[in-house]
Amino acid sequence: MNVASMDKNSILVVIRCSPYGSSLAKSSVDVALAMAAFEQAVDVLFMGDGVLQLMPDQDSRSSGLRNMGKQLASLPLYDVSQIYVDEQAAGRYNLNMTEHSIKIELLSPSDMNQLMVKYDHLLGF
Amino acid sequence: MLARGHSIRRIFFLDTGAEISSSHRVLPQDETDPALAWQSLHAEHGIALEICISSALKYGMLDDAEAARHARSHATIQPAFTVAGLGQLVDACAHSDRLITFGG
Repeated sequence: MNVASMDKNSILVVIRCSPYGSSLAKSSVDVALAMAAFEQAVDVLFMGDGVLQLMPDQDSRSSGLRNMGKQLASLPLYDVSQIYVDEQAAGRYNLNMTEHSIKIELLSPSDMNQLMVKYDHLLGF
Repeated sequence: MLARGHSIRRIFFLDTGAEISSSHRVLPQDETDPALAWQSLHAEHGIALEICISSALKYGMLDDAEAARHARSHATIQPAFTVAGLGQLVDACAHSDRLITFGG
């Protein structure tokens, strides 16, 4: 694949799955990282149960699974320009997003609707 | 879509979607195997059916090369499917005016 010849479409990766309940959570973050690694214009929205991926101080050692919190921390290193979070869901799980290590923007349901129509492609997980 | 003149760049299978490529699945007689429909899309229209390599390995879906690389006795995927990197999904997103996702 010739990356230099790529066109660009703006892409929003929408992650709705909780971090350790299925392998899809890791796959969805892998997709976002791959998009960014190939210099695509990719943003990420954590929605519904997906906000649980942003739980602070995750410890996955006893499960044998990779720590999703650490994997997410690498998103800014790959230049994922914007990370959005479903404000209602974050409130439901009592997640404090103001002290998160990665920079995020909280969105209301109507904000999320307006966000989604801006992109060429939506990739939902 | 094809009948309406659209072209399909590829079908990309991610995560548990990789299991569709298994050559070892046996379904009850009164159920239709959805893999057959994907395979006919490949056979009749030449559309690539690509499985994400990390998902494929995780779910035991190996082509000959991966079976050899990981010292497994034989391949486990139908030959209509190929194992590919996430870059193929990136490429499809970059070059297609529509992206359709199923499941999840």
